Amino acid sequence: MIKTDILIIGAGPTGLFTVFEAGLLKLKCHLIDALPQPGGQCSEIYPKKPIYDIPAFPEILAGDLTERLLEQCKQFKPGFTLGERAETIDKQEDGSFIVTTNKGTKHHAPIVAIAGGLGSFEPRKPLIHNIHLFEDKGVEYFIKDPELYRNKRVVISGGGDSALDWSIFLTDVASEVTLIHRRNEFRGALDSVDKVQELKNKGKINLITPAEVIGIVGDYEVSAVVVKQSDNIHIDKEFEVECDHFIPLFGLSPKLGPIANWGLEIEKNAIKVNNALDYQTNIPGIFAIGDVNTYPGKLKLILCGFHEATLMCHAAYQIINPGKKYVLKYTTVSGIDGFDGTRKEAPKATVKSIK
Amino acid sequence: MEQDITIKIIDRDGVSHEVLAPTDMAMNLMEVVRSYELAPEGTIGVCGGMAMCASCQCYVLSDHQLPEMQDDEEAMLSEAFYVKDNSRLGCQIQMTLDMNGLEVELAPEN
Repeated sequence: MIKTDILIIGAGPTGLFTVFEAGLLKLKCHLIDALPQPGGQCSEIYPKKPIYDIPAFPEILAGDLTERLLEQCKQFKPGFTLGERAETIDKQEDGSFIVTTNKGTKHHAPIVAIAGGLGSFEPRKPLIHNIHLFEDKGVEYFIKDPELYRNKRVVISGGGDSALDWSIFLTDVASEVTLIHRRNEFRGALDSVDKVQELKNKGKINLITPAEVIGIVGDYEVSAVVVKQSDNIHIDKEFEVECDHFIPLFGLSPKLGPIANWGLEIEKNAIKVNNALDYQTNIPGIFAIGDVNTYPGKLKLILCGFHEATLMCHAAYQIINPGKKYVLKYTTVSGIDGFDGTRKEAPKATVKSIK
Repeated sequence: MEQDITIKIIDRDGVSHEVLAPTDMAMNLMEVVRSYELAPEGTIGVCGGMAMCASCQCYVLSDHQLPEMQDDEEAMLSEAFYVKDNSRLGCQIQMTLDMNGLEVELAPEN
């Protein structure tokens, strides 16, 4: 059981900044995120894209923003449960909560802060009528352990970076790699496209374009996929490609998911909160901050998430330390005492006379 | 207002809406759909309008001369589902006077 003061669901910019603000109040944080890395949308969808409305950053790449937020909060030693989705929440008799992930990891905290953005990222599944019958029986939407494909025949479909990169990687692992894409053009880093071209020329990647997988063949487990290929005079032909694994990589799309069943008031796919006070939900002790919440006048902006996180932490302090006095201090005055023993502080003024 | 144009949008339930869209606010079709809440929040414009998801895919029903498709839109549509010959990403269609009378249908979610 992981124990913490504030359990944050979602490791995007709002969740990461919460760690910093909570740390100033000597509250410890632990974050859960369905993605394998922190940063949320900023890392997953647009790490190389600039953002122009972060105060004091005329321009910053979304990936760099994540890096800086991690740097800013690191002395407060946040814990992470990554690659797992928060599934259930159980309120305890003392008012605290136990949150369990889809992999069974349990987290115990008096305060839960949902900073889940648009939800957890789920793979986009291609529209193949019988694909659900083969999930985890040869069809995988994520590559978790490349060793699964050792000496196997693998078909990958998709045209983005992950389809390209995994095709390249698996040529050294699998016995046969086939890449299928609806077009001849791929989007992705230029060197990945070049590498796939090179591997195709060497016969290490079997490239089938423009084509798509329209069916799966197999008795319990995948034995082949049905491919429909168009030639340049628009005559389609269908054929089977024998394989042990089919890995469709069509990106991820966010879904509110299990959080929607936690008894929280939901409106417009977002969680209603009290914006006049502290961003608490209808369940005392559970807060919602950042893009995942809604209230009159809500704007889904990173900078609004930072503000909401700050007010939420102060409300959490009051719940965890009832009646205990606290006066807000400027960090310039208080300095920052990390949980790792480090201290940052403003240099003392030097007093020296001029003779 | 004189700079407003009329757009006809068929939502994902098949209901047709005639809406006014301003042409002076740098809005695109995806944002018009959101501003009138014709698709639930969180199911359209997920990436914010970077042509990096296909949640604003729509089918263009009228024969308007549309802005030419850029590489990123074309690439995204090549990975999307339910794509037809008249598919476009709403976030890549700017609201200009030329778009007056445009008719589109929102593609199914995901």
